[in-house]
Amino acid sequence: MKNKSLVAINELSKQEIIKILDLAEDFEKNPIQDILSKTIVATLFFEPSTRTRLSFESAVNRLGGKIIGFSEASNTSVSKGESLKDTILTVANYSDLIVMRHPVEGSARYASEVSPVPIINAGDGANQHPTQTLLDLFSIRKTQGTLEGLNIFLVGDLKYGRTVHSLLMAMSQFGATFTFVSPQELQMPAEYKMYLDSVGLKYSQQTDLNQNLNKADIIYMTRVQRERFSDPLEYEKVKNVYVLKNKMLENTKPSMRVLHPLPRVNEIHTDVDSNPKAYYFTQALNGVYTRMAIMATVLNLK
Amino acid sequence: MKEGKKLSVSAIENGTVIDHIPSKNLFKVINILGLEKIDNLITFGANMESNRLGKKAIIKIADKFFEREEINRIAVVAPLAKLNIIKDYAVVEKQLVEVPNHIEGIIKCVNPKCITNVENVKTKFDVIDKKNVSLKCYYCEKITDQEHMIYL
Repeated sequence: MKNKSLVAINELSKQEIIKILDLAEDFEKNPIQDILSKTIVATLFFEPSTRTRLSFESAVNRLGGKIIGFSEASNTSVSKGESLKDTILTVANYSDLIVMRHPVEGSARYASEVSPVPIINAGDGANQHPTQTLLDLFSIRKTQGTLEGLNIFLVGDLKYGRTVHSLLMAMSQFGATFTFVSPQELQMPAEYKMYLDSVGLKYSQQTDLNQNLNKADIIYMTRVQRERFSDPLEYEKVKNVYVLKNKMLENTKPSMRVLHPLPRVNEIHTDVDSNPKAYYFTQALNGVYTRMAIMATVLNLK
Repeated sequence: MKEGKKLSVSAIENGTVIDHIPSKNLFKVINILGLEKIDNLITFGANMESNRLGKKAIIKIADKFFEREEINRIAVVAPLAKLNIIKDYAVVEKQLVEVPNHIEGIIKCVNPKCITNVENVKTKFDVIDKKNVSLKCYYCEKITDQEHMIYL
C-alpha cells in the first residue's frame, strides 16, 4: 500500500488482502475496541451514499473514534468553488484520516498525493470502490470458508458495474471461475475477458439467469439501471428478466449464497429474503468489520 | 543528406536536426520542446516528401542539444523522429526517439470525468502500448489511445 492510503483494490497484494480479511474477522469476534479513542476521522462525502458512509461512521464509533465531516457538498466551501486540494489540505489539519467519496474519477488518487494524512477511497465516480470489494471478499470467504477456486456468477449490469469489475480483478487472484449473466447490451467488457484469458482463468457468458445456477458458489446480483440503455424499449424488455426469485434457488448448492452490494430495487424478489441463502443484509453488516480492519491497517494500529 | 540532394532547409554549423516528424505534428513538436520560447536560430520545413511518412517535417535548431528525457517527450507525436547532432557541419551522432514508460503533461486524459479535466491537476500516464502509443491515466485509470489524443 503506497503512503498507507487505500485508493484502489489492485494495489493490494493477495497477502495484504488476506491480512485485512483476517483482521476483519477479529473485529467481528470483538467489535467493541477502543483503538480509535485518540483518532479523529473525517468523512467527506461529496456525493450522497447511505451505506458506505453509515458503515464507516458506525465502525469509527464502535472503535471509540470521533467523526467530523459532511454528507453532501452543497453546504460546504466546495460549493463556493474551493478546489479539492484546498479542501483536503484544510481537513487534514483537523483529522488523522480522511474517508472520501467523490463523483470525479481519480479524485481519491489525487487526494492521496496531496494529503499529509491517509486517504481511504469510499468511491471515486465509476472508477474504484475498494472497501466494497474487500467487504465482498470478506463475505465470500466467510460463507464459503475459502476464496480459492470458487464458482462466481456475476449478474446484471456487467458493462458499467464498478463493483463487479473490481470483484473480478480481486477474485482472479484466487483462481475463480466466472459466469457472466447479463443482457447483450450490458455484457462484461472485452478488456476483462482478455485479462482472464491472459491469466488462464475460465469464464462463460449467458443471457438466461435461470441456467446453471446449480453450479454457483456465489451469485452476485447487481442492478440493471434504466439510464444505461440508449433505447428505453430495450430496458423494458430486460428489466424483469434479471430478477432472482426464490424458486430459482431450489437446486442450488446448500452452501451457495446470494450477494448484492445494495441498494436493491427489484432484481432480487423479496421472497428470497427469508431464504438462508440470502446473504446481502449480513454482507452490509460485514462492511462495518471490514472498514474497521481497513482503518486499523492504514493507521498502523494493528 | 546525400551528396547532390538539394537542401530545402539550410544547414547549421552546430546544433540538432530533428528529422522524420509527421508534417501535421510539426507544431506540436515545437510546442512540446518549448522551441517558441528560446532565442536560438531555428529553421523548419513542412510537407517535405518522405517515403516513410508521406509528408514529413524537419526542424533545425542551432546551438541546442537535448537531454534524453526532453527528446522522449515528443515520442507520442513523432515516434519515428530521428535526431542528428551536428558539430562543425557534420553529423556526429544520431539518436532515435524512445517512447517512455510514463508521460506527464503533454496529453489530455480522454475521460471528461477525470480529475485532471476537472481541477488543475497535471496529467500522468503509464504507457501500456508503446507501438500504438496507448496511455493509462494514473488517476482515473481510463485508456487514452492515439485516435483520441489531444495535446495540451
